Amino acid sequence: MPVGQLLVEGLAIGACYGLFATAVVIIYKTSEVVNFAQGEMAMFSSFVAFHILSVYRYPFWLAFLITMVFSILLGILIEYLFLRPAKHPTILGMIVITLGAEMFLVGLAGWKWGAEQKYFSLPLDPSVTYEPVKGMIINNWAIAVFAVTTCIMLFLYLFFKYSKLGVAMRATQQNKHAAKIMGIRTERVFSFAWGFSSLIGAIAGMFFASRATLDPAFMMEPFLRAFAAAVLGGLMSIPGVIIGGGLMGLIENFFGYYFPHWKPIVAFIVIILVLCLRPSGLFAKHFVKKV
Amino acid sequence: MDMKRDYYEDIQLFQSGVVLAWTVALLLVLFTIPLYTPNYYVYLLNIIMVHVILAVGLNILVGSTGQISLGHAGFFAIGAYGTVLLMTLLQIPFVFAILIAAFIAAFFGFILGLPALRLEGPYLAIVSMGFGLTIMHIIGGVDAFGGRMGIKAPPLDLGIKQLGISWILKTDFQKYYLILIMTIIMVVGARNILKTRVGRSFVAIKDSDIAAEVIGVNLTIYKTLAFAVSAFYAGIAGGLFGFVLGFFDPFTFNMILSIIFLVMVVVGGLGTILGGILGATLITYLQYDLLKNIAEIPYFGALMVAVSKQWFTMVGLENISSMAIGLIMIGIIIFEPLGMFGVWIRMKKYWMTWPF
Repeated sequence: MPVGQLLVEGLAIGACYGLFATAVVIIYKTSEVVNFAQGEMAMFSSFVAFHILSVYRYPFWLAFLITMVFSILLGILIEYLFLRPAKHPTILGMIVITLGAEMFLVGLAGWKWGAEQKYFSLPLDPSVTYEPVKGMIINNWAIAVFAVTTCIMLFLYLFFKYSKLGVAMRATQQNKHAAKIMGIRTERVFSFAWGFSSLIGAIAGMFFASRATLDPAFMMEPFLRAFAAAVLGGLMSIPGVIIGGGLMGLIENFFGYYFPHWKPIVAFIVIILVLCLRPSGLFAKHFVKKV
Repeated sequence: MDMKRDYYEDIQLFQSGVVLAWTVALLLVLFTIPLYTPNYYVYLLNIIMVHVILAVGLNILVGSTGQISLGHAGFFAIGAYGTVLLMTLLQIPFVFAILIAAFIAAFFGFILGLPALRLEGPYLAIVSMGFGLTIMHIIGGVDAFGGRMGIKAPPLDLGIKQLGISWILKTDFQKYYLILIMTIIMVVGARNILKTRVGRSFVAIKDSDIAAEVIGVNLTIYKTLAFAVSAFYAGIAGGLFGFVLGFFDPFTFNMILSIIFLVMVVVGGLGTILGGILGATLITYLQYDLLKNIAEIPYFGALMVAVSKQWFTMVGLENISSMAIGLIMIGIIIFEPLGMFGVWIRMKKYWMTWPF
């Protein structure tokens, strides 16, 4: 059994899950909404990148920049149009709104680009591989994933620790009303959180798309796995989520090696086990429910 | 207006003579409708009624007990596959097969209810979503269940083959009456469940599970029971759905279907029987008829075709139905959280107090 190989691949895909789960967690941390449309927002942004690359034939860096701007606007727009008008929604109401956004985006992408699978490639050749240690073959794609994830994590750490906006986001998360009294425009913070998480989701989505194919439903199962990773990490802490993502990728890859047939259901078993045994995640501090 | 003065008034099946008269009129229409409608609409009505059974059952769970489920396509699949496989592999008569399949679904509902004891809100939604997808993958991965290719439903034989009695329902017209009678039984059953001790416990759990526990509702029993009852309804609906379609594969029961089921309940109105019926009817009609043939709607269809040709693709035109359902979901939460039932209540109030 190629342990080293499975390890590297598992960690790479796990980093993707972790990156995508970070997007889920940023929204959940600030506004306590689990965004079921996260996967489809990433899907739509990836399609925009695909469209720019294949129809207008712009160079990749330009297409990437346009997609990033687009994804931020998409996140802000969804928050502004769909979530903000709902006055005092219940948890079920929030879930239904984000599911509605998901259905809307799937429909729009299907209308614009059709349901057939497309090939989306990053400007790096996945057949270029390196073998630093014997038995651990690492390809370009995995290196890019590790590099991007590390950069984003560093950025997030600095952002939440030192920037004014990051501190405002943390304040909003702790107590929305107190933050408002302190002069933080909490609505703007929510918009920003959505835009920001849409951006991170779009980057992760492009990694997923280049690994598989691009079609309007391609992010549904990665979303669930990323959510499983987020749950492993506790849904509240960003470092925990990255570790959870890595674990998830490893579990899935090793399990998939032995039982390739049942690979798709590992994530759900992990979710159910973790939630039943330790609902607050592996790394979160204990939380107390208000009655 | 809807003031109940004593207990017996509350548990009456028909609140007043007017309701009774309208119900009888509705039943008359329902029993005669296939006589003067084209066959396609009978098929559509069959699907609508199957979805009504499911939505009424899901409403017991989501509306009345306040637990979220995004995995009902899984129970639906268990009902459909269970019934067909019991009939083809074990030669069990239809009537028993559908009941056994529904009880299997109820058992799985009980299993899914166990994590629900510790989870709530978005966590429960994710777990149930994972459950639905797991069922879909398991069915797709086992060859005895037909695998990815799907299976064909056997002839719908109401008799018992072993005793030599055979009564095969072939056309949609004949199936219509079977499904109609099942729907009426299930809807009346759901209404009566909600008026018993069990149903009142469900509602108490929705309002506050801790308060319910304090006044003596056993959460372990009643939460799992709510899942089991709801899954039983989904199982019965699934068993009938298999015969309406005639042929199905695991991907019929995908995640989108679970979302659509939740939409039916939310759009119709949470926690009311009428809401489930209205929501299932509206969403099924939109999905299977109006939006499926979007190009045939006068004016709007032509506009959409022109828009598609100009900026979008013609092959993706039917995706507008998904977009429309998404917008309906968002709109109903923003503008009318009570759903169509809320609209109905408002209309009723307006006319009852008219002209004030």
